[in-house]
Amino acid sequence: MRGPERIDHFSARPFREGAPLSTIPVQIRVNGSTYDRTIEPRLLLSDFLRQELGLTGTHVGCEHGVCGACTVQLDGEPVRSCLMFAVQAVGHDVSTVEGLAPNDTELHPLQAAFREAHGLQCGFCTPGFLMTLIPFLREVPNPTPDQIRHAVSGNLCRCTGYQNIVEAVRLAAAAAEPV
Amino acid sequence: MENLDHRWFGKRIRRNEDPRLLTGRALFVDDVQLPGMAHVAFVRSPVAHARIVEVDTRAARARPGVYAVITAEDLGDYWQPGPLLVSPPPIEGHIFHERTQPPLARDKVRFVGEPVVVVVAESRYLAEDAAEDVFVDYDTQTPVVDLERALEPGAELVHGDLPSNVAARAHQSLGDYEAARAQADVIVARRFRYDRGASAAIENRAVVAQWDERDQELTMWDTTQAPIPIRNGVATRLGLSHSQVRVIAPFVGGGFGPKIMMFYQEELLVPWLAMRLGRPVKWTEDRSENFFATTQEREQIHDAEMALTSDGRILGIRDRFLHDCGAYDTYGLTVPINSQCTLLGPYLVPAYDSEFTCVFTNKTIVTPVRGAGRQHGVFVMERLLDLAARELGLSPVEIRERNYIPPDAFPYDYEILYQDSAPLVYDSGDYAPALAKAVEMIGYDRFIAEEQPAARAEGRHLGIGVVSYVEGTGIGPYEGARVSVEVDGRVTVATGVGTQGQGHFTSFAQIVAEQLDVDPARIRVVTGDTREFAWGTGTFASRGAVVAGNACHAAAVAVREKILKLAAELLHAEREELELAGGRVLVRGQPERSFALGDLAAKANPLRGAVRPGTEPGLEATAYFGPDRSCTASGVHAMVVEVDPETAMIELKRYVVVHDCGHVINPMIVDGQIHGGVAHGIGNAFYEKLVYDDNGQLLTASLMDYLLPTSLDVPTIQTAHFETPSPLNPLGIKGVGEAGAIPVGALFAQAIENALGDEAPEILEIPLSPNRLFELMTARATRTGSAAGAGTAAPARPEIGVPARRAAEPGEAGPA
Repeated sequence: MRGPERIDHFSARPFREGAPLSTIPVQIRVNGSTYDRTIEPRLLLSDFLRQELGLTGTHVGCEHGVCGACTVQLDGEPVRSCLMFAVQAVGHDVSTVEGLAPNDTELHPLQAAFREAHGLQCGFCTPGFLMTLIPFLREVPNPTPDQIRHAVSGNLCRCTGYQNIVEAVRLAAAAAEPV
Repeated sequence: MENLDHRWFGKRIRRNEDPRLLTGRALFVDDVQLPGMAHVAFVRSPVAHARIVEVDTRAARARPGVYAVITAEDLGDYWQPGPLLVSPPPIEGHIFHERTQPPLARDKVRFVGEPVVVVVAESRYLAEDAAEDVFVDYDTQTPVVDLERALEPGAELVHGDLPSNVAARAHQSLGDYEAARAQADVIVARRFRYDRGASAAIENRAVVAQWDERDQELTMWDTTQAPIPIRNGVATRLGLSHSQVRVIAPFVGGGFGPKIMMFYQEELLVPWLAMRLGRPVKWTEDRSENFFATTQEREQIHDAEMALTSDGRILGIRDRFLHDCGAYDTYGLTVPINSQCTLLGPYLVPAYDSEFTCVFTNKTIVTPVRGAGRQHGVFVMERLLDLAARELGLSPVEIRERNYIPPDAFPYDYEILYQDSAPLVYDSGDYAPALAKAVEMIGYDRFIAEEQPAARAEGRHLGIGVVSYVEGTGIGPYEGARVSVEVDGRVTVATGVGTQGQGHFTSFAQIVAEQLDVDPARIRVVTGDTREFAWGTGTFASRGAVVAGNACHAAAVAVREKILKLAAELLHAEREELELAGGRVLVRGQPERSFALGDLAAKANPLRGAVRPGTEPGLEATAYFGPDRSCTASGVHAMVVEVDPETAMIELKRYVVVHDCGHVINPMIVDGQIHGGVAHGIGNAFYEKLVYDDNGQLLTASLMDYLLPTSLDVPTIQTAHFETPSPLNPLGIKGVGEAGAIPVGALFAQAIENALGDEAPEILEIPLSPNRLFELMTARATRTGSAAGAGTAAPARPEIGVPARRAAEPGEAGPA
């Protein structure tokens, strides 16, 4: 194999400094807090949340909008954060899984129901399911199993076979029912 | 179990790990962010088979923000293939050509996705930009894709230094098959195919490495199922001592087998880069890379025949099969040996003659994926039984009942070698009651008598299936655990296996709680951190609970002994008078004469004063467990399916699993393992297929083309458990992680054939799909002249008793 001419292959600093990439300042609201950052326009919302804000509860599973692991809410509606640029979230309210629980020791009722029903195993897809289901339960507070299955049909889980996720949603809905 | 009155073992207990996972606070490898961290992107081969003519990295290196662009040549002495992960068992006369993957391809690429150049930059975005700048000139060669054509004389060679594409061959037999065949009343013979699928964990792989120059220590976060062997291997490769390397497999987002593969090229390159660059380095696989670079299963072609008596008793089985190992055979013979051994199933097979040939192809490397070759064996056996039953006028239930190994025959020695190099001896089992239970739960008799005819009268095609299988689980060599009582009364358990969602943080806590009577919620389990526990092998072969679980048990028993000894001394009581309850040790009936375990732990670790010679500090013990051989879990799956004969779409109406994994630690977790396994099996049977074209290009390399089952495809699964304890370990447990996935292909074939009745094509392949099933149905209708034709044998079907190797598949017959 004929290689290229050898130059220094390693450098503690980049071979050439100063990325000439255009960046823009953005102000984005996440879980009620406002963040100011300067980012590349091509930065995905999922990467922005994870890398710029350290909100690593939003997981990235496919980066083409199929698996649903990266689902967050934009103004209360579920969206795939891997299919959006962070700059598109300017002016909107983003919610992530980190914002669900009321405090450090208590769980959101849907989180508690997932635990009770064993609706998670490895837990990697779980934040996406939770963020998909909360708007769904707002719209359909007392869903049938079939409605639940349709609601999560855009979220992939490889561990649970979905059965206990459906059960968890039923538990959460039952617990939230007004007496 | 010594303790018959279980307080914690066997109970449905909510999982300790869930709050962290549910709130987004659990650490996964890609969550690791370190100051100054650089990011890696790979240049991977776009072709399946080629000579590398030239690699030009100048443009990539000139891009701002790039730290390094490395080729195979740049690796110097660090470039070396391998190592071999699993050595072949000592099967007499076997052939094995070891060819393992290099960290970067040099001279030649052997599969699409093989890494050629690694680029390191300030961000992943920049690294990918620079990877695009790398120019590689490939001189393409004919790709080796088809298993049979790979073995034809003159075929292109995946490894040019070998005489052929044969990677391995092994023959195992018992009894005299030819004699059995001569006595047979009936012989059924067919060709069976099983094609590739992906493990498709929702978390892709990731590696982060950090070299601390001052401490001279390397820390590595890795999505591996085997952190300790990774540490050992990385240390050796880098010239470090084991204690200089710490590997952490934190929360891992699903494993399913491929995350036990080692060493992935990336696992060796990322730590090397971190040391060379003097800064932390991260690589996270994207989904596209996952389809090409993460190992896969499970292409095999079997030519098998079964000899039976007229009353449906098996006299013998002969099987010849080809196994696709992909471009390299790093995982040894594990997968094909699992196929070979698991084929025998729960049945008495007096004569067996099985030989497999492993074939190198220009495709992604094959290593175990949930089931690890067992699917193929079960598919062949169950299909042969179904075909024989039809021939003999028996029901699928009857023929299975007649052939089960009886409960008094255990331990049952099959006299061949299993994947762990130990003899294939079934430890325990009781199969007929499980079948009866499944038949009852699915409503088999009523279905045949009423439900199916009633549906058929309405023009609906409902079918039923029931299949059996066994699974060798919990193989050696060993695992260990350390149990420590903390001074606040909490307990810490550390073990070396990695965990990927199996609930180890809870089930191991329950095992320890059973001995110490401390609430499992107050027991912290640490897995997958080599600094916490430095000995072990990993999570594979449904062995975590069996092997590491029994190590936790042994360590907890030892701690219990220490507690009783010290408490007896301090409370001036006899050891026999003491009991452990509610986190305390007390003199039975005298709660005032007691210690909280935390206080006792403090007393066991004095700051001053003298202790007796030989005294060990603390309430802590380390223990190891290694079984003699694997323990045999078993089960029966049954289902009712509706097939739409117009569209070949299916709907799963009912699904039942009766399973026996010995004593159950936590029924909630066991059921969850089964649900997930069945879902994986359903995908493998009807939705998922890795389709390679003639150029070795993967055509289904996205989740839009490769269909994972969704919540609309997986039915509610009813489960029931039998507990035939394993005599091979003190807890009497067997593994369950893979069980759900194993027999599903065989079940689909039987149930779909049953649904289509006389018009059914023979289903001799998995995966199916609506398209493939439609093709099979159309071919069958064409051959018989009309879809309404009677159930005459298809002309393309091989003659009974004639080796089927050269016969066309039913589905391949063209239109008349």
